[in-house]
Amino acid sequence: MNLHIVVCAGLVPDPLQTLEPVVGPNGPGLKNEMLLPAVLDPWAASALYEAANLAAKNPGCKVWLVSLGPKAKLQQVMMTIAQKVSFELVPIDGPIGGFSDAQATATVIAGAIATIAGLDRAKLLLFGGWESATRGAGVTLQIIGERLGITDQFMGVDQIAMRDDGSFEVLERVEGGRHQVSICEGAPAVLGWATGNLPEPRNNPQVGMANMRTIMPALQKARPTTIAANGLSYVSVNLPSQQRTTRVVKDMAADDIAREVVEWIGAEK
Amino acid sequence: MNGDVNLEDHTSSEIERQTMEVDIACAGFGPATGGFLTTLTRAWSENPADPAFESQVAPGMPLQVVCYERADDLGAGVSGVVTQARGIRASFPDLNVAEIPMAVEVSREQVFYLLDPVGASRRSLLLRLGDRALRLVGSMLNVRDHAFRLPWTPAFLHKNGGLVLSIGQFNQWVGTQLMSSGFAQIWPGTPATAPLFANGAVTGLRLADQGVDKGGKPADGFMAGMDVHAQLTVVGDGPFGAIGQALDHELGMPSGHAKNEWAMGMKMVIELPADAVGPDSPLQPGAVWHTFGYPEPEIFGFLYVHPDRLVSVGIFVPSWLGDPSRTVYRYLQHYIQHPAFWKYLKDGTLRSWGAKSLDESGRHGEPFLVGDGFARIGEGSGSTNMLAGSGVDEAWTTGVQLAESVIELLRARQPFTREDLAATYERRRRESWIERNARAAENARNGFHGGFVRGLVGMALAGLTAGRLSLKAEIPPTHKQIRPIPLRNTEYLKQHEAAMLAVEDGRPLHDALMSARGWPEIPFDGRLLISQQDALLMGGKVQAMPGFADHVVFRNAGLCIGCDEKTCIAMCSGQALTLGPEGVPTFEREKCVHCGGCMWNCANSPDGLHSNLEFRAGSGGLHSVEN
Repeated sequence: MNLHIVVCAGLVPDPLQTLEPVVGPNGPGLKNEMLLPAVLDPWAASALYEAANLAAKNPGCKVWLVSLGPKAKLQQVMMTIAQKVSFELVPIDGPIGGFSDAQATATVIAGAIATIAGLDRAKLLLFGGWESATRGAGVTLQIIGERLGITDQFMGVDQIAMRDDGSFEVLERVEGGRHQVSICEGAPAVLGWATGNLPEPRNNPQVGMANMRTIMPALQKARPTTIAANGLSYVSVNLPSQQRTTRVVKDMAADDIAREVVEWIGAEK
Repeated sequence: MNGDVNLEDHTSSEIERQTMEVDIACAGFGPATGGFLTTLTRAWSENPADPAFESQVAPGMPLQVVCYERADDLGAGVSGVVTQARGIRASFPDLNVAEIPMAVEVSREQVFYLLDPVGASRRSLLLRLGDRALRLVGSMLNVRDHAFRLPWTPAFLHKNGGLVLSIGQFNQWVGTQLMSSGFAQIWPGTPATAPLFANGAVTGLRLADQGVDKGGKPADGFMAGMDVHAQLTVVGDGPFGAIGQALDHELGMPSGHAKNEWAMGMKMVIELPADAVGPDSPLQPGAVWHTFGYPEPEIFGFLYVHPDRLVSVGIFVPSWLGDPSRTVYRYLQHYIQHPAFWKYLKDGTLRSWGAKSLDESGRHGEPFLVGDGFARIGEGSGSTNMLAGSGVDEAWTTGVQLAESVIELLRARQPFTREDLAATYERRRRESWIERNARAAENARNGFHGGFVRGLVGMALAGLTAGRLSLKAEIPPTHKQIRPIPLRNTEYLKQHEAAMLAVEDGRPLHDALMSARGWPEIPFDGRLLISQQDALLMGGKVQAMPGFADHVVFRNAGLCIGCDEKTCIAMCSGQALTLGPEGVPTFEREKCVHCGGCMWNCANSPDGLHSNLEFRAGSGGLHSVEN
C-alpha cells in the first residue's frame, strides 16, 4: 500500500548537555541554548525510524520529515539523521523552545503539512513523538492532527502492523507496563510514538549523500516563521531536584542492582 | 589478542563492501580540516561555474567533497585554546568575535611559578632550595598564595591580539558556516578506520564496520564499512587518528623522525558564581595565565577566562615525566585547589571536562606530508608548536595552505600526485611562518629529557634565540621514557602495595597511588570536586554508539601480564582501562574519551618501536561542546 507518512519531529537541546533554566525577557528558556547542540526529539526520532521501516516493507510509501527549528540547528541535526534513513525534509525556520504555545506551534506545523506537494490525505499517517524531551505540553501532535481533521489518534505507540486490506493493528502503552491493542480501518490516522522496538539505524554514507541532494535545497528555501505567544505566560519554572550517588561495581547481577536501587528509592523521603 | 605482533590493517578484505566515489574525502573535522574546507568552499562560492570545481565522479555536479568525523558532534572536541589566531583572522578578516560562543580577545597574559602548598610534590634538591629562597623573600617579590608571578611574559609565549576560544564552539561555528553552502558535507559519528591503497597510492578511506561485537566480528545488524574512493584524501585526523597511524606504518617516517614526545592535556570548564568576578577581579574575560611547577614541576598548566564567568583550567602531563605511576585527573583536582586558583574557583560549578593527547614532537615527528593521492594537515602532520604552546592556528593554516594548493592543481588540471602536492602544498608550508616557527621550536623541549631545570634552561635558550641555540637530547621511544618500578626502593614498594590493596577495595588505581604518596584526599563537593566517573557523566557527557568494536586493543597479552607499571591504567583519562583478571587490562569503550593517552603510556613494546597497545578508529567519546 502506498502510504504517505509525515513525521513531525522537533529539535531539543541534547539532553546529555548541562541544561539550566533561566528566565529572560521573552520568558523561560535554557541558559546558552543556542550554544548547545540539538538532537531530534528522541521519541520523534523513533517515529522517524518506524516510518522508514514501514516504508522499506511497503514499496511505494513516501516519508516526509517536518521539523521546526532555527535553520542552523536543523542543518546540524540533519548531518546525523540524514545518514540513517531516507526522507524528504520540510523545514520550518522558526524558534524552538519547550515553552512555546502548543496551539500556535501546531498551527504552524499543520499549515506546512497542508502545503506539501503531492500529499494524499487519504493515505496519510501522521507520526510524531508521544512526549517530548523538552518542556513540551504533550499535546502538540494531537492538535496538529485535529487541525488536519484527523480524528483517529493513537498515543504511546510501540508497534504498528499493516494488514493487506489497508487496516492496521496498533499497540499503545497503558498502565502496568501493558499495551492496548487496537485495529484501525485505515489512513488517515495520527500515531504518537513511544520508543517502539527498533534499534537506531546504522549510519550509511550513501543514504546521507542521497538525502543531502534534497535536504540542502529545502533548507536554503526555508522561510522564517514566528510562533504566536497567544497570551501564554509562566508563573515559575524549576528543575526537578536531583541527587547523585555514584558507585562503581563489577560483576554484579542486574537483579541485585535493581534490588539495591529499589531499596534506595524506598528509603528516600 | 595473541602472542604475535600484528601491525597490519585489521579490517577484513574478505567482506563485501559498498563503495562510493567522491572527489575529495577528508578524515577528521577539526581546525585543520576546517581551514581546508573553509578556503575551498569560499573559492567555489565566488564562482560556482568555474570548471575547475566540476566533479570528476558526478558529471554536471560540483566537486563531491565529504568529511568523516568520529565524534558524535562537530562541537565535541577538547583543547585548551588560547591562540594568536593569525591564520584564523586571515581567513576571517571581518571576524566579529562575539559571533563565536565562549570566544574573547586576549586581554592580559601572565606566567606563574607555582610553589607546593601541600608538600607532596616531588622536587629536586635544587628546586626545593629555590622554593625556600622564594618563600623567604616572597614579600619583596610577587609571591602571593604560594605563586610567584613572573615580572614579564616571555615573547615566545605571547598571544597578543589573539583569542581565547572553546574549540568545540569554534568547530561548531566553522561547521555551521561550511554546511550552509552545501558544498562540503561533514558527517559526524562516522569513524574512518583505514586508508585505501592501490599501486602505492592512497585511493580513499574505509569507514568502520557497524553492528559488530567487541572483537570486531559481525553481530546483529552488521553493516560493513563503506569504501569511499577519492582522488584526494585529506588526512586531518589529529595526532593519533587511525588514518594517520596507518600511513606512518605503511610508508614509514622520514629518516630520523619519530613521534616520541607527547603530553596529556586535561581541562575543566568552570562556571564562577556571579559575585566571584567583580570589576577588580583579575579574572576578566580574555585573561590568560600560564603556570609551571605544580602539582609536579614537570606539569605545565593554564587558566583562560571566557565571557559569562566561564574559565578553562587545565594541565599537561608530559611523556618525559618518567614516573610509571603518573596520572592526570587527580593531579588536575589538586591543581585547581592551589591557593592561587582556589580563592577564585572554590564556589564554581563544573560545566565541562575533557582530555586529549598532544603530539609535542613538532618537526621531530613530522611524517611524510604528501604522497600519491593524499596530504596531511594539522596536528597529525607535526604542526603543533611546543615553544609557543600553540596548535590550533597552525593546524588551521596548514588546512588553508592545502586548499590553496588544491585549487591551484584543479585549475591547472593536474592530478594529486606526490610531486604535484609537494610542489604546491609542501612548498607553501615550507615557505611560511609555520615552518619558520617550527624550526625555532624544534629542539626547545629537548632539555626536559635531562631534568626539569635543564628543560627550562633549554626552553629559554631556544625561545630567546628563535631556535638558533638549543640543548641536544636523545629522545627515546615512549615506552622507554617510563621508568621501571624501582624494585629496590622500599618506600616506593610500600606505597605501591598500599595502592594495590586500595584498588582491591574498588578504588581507582591512580587515586590510590596518589593518596599512598601523601597527596591529600579530595574533599568531594558534588559540584566542582567530583569523582572521575562523575566527571565523565557531568562534565564530558561521554558515550559510545552500540555496534562498534573495541578500539583499544592489546597486541601481546603476555607483555601485559608481566607488566608491573600498568601506566596505561593510571593515565587513562576516563578510567576506561582497569585492572583485569590475570593482569591484562580491561577496556570499556563506553567510558573512553578518545584521548589517545593509552597509546603512549605503555611501558612495554612487542618490537622495540611500537607500543603494546593499539589505538584504532572507534565510535563515541566526549559529547560536551563547551570544551
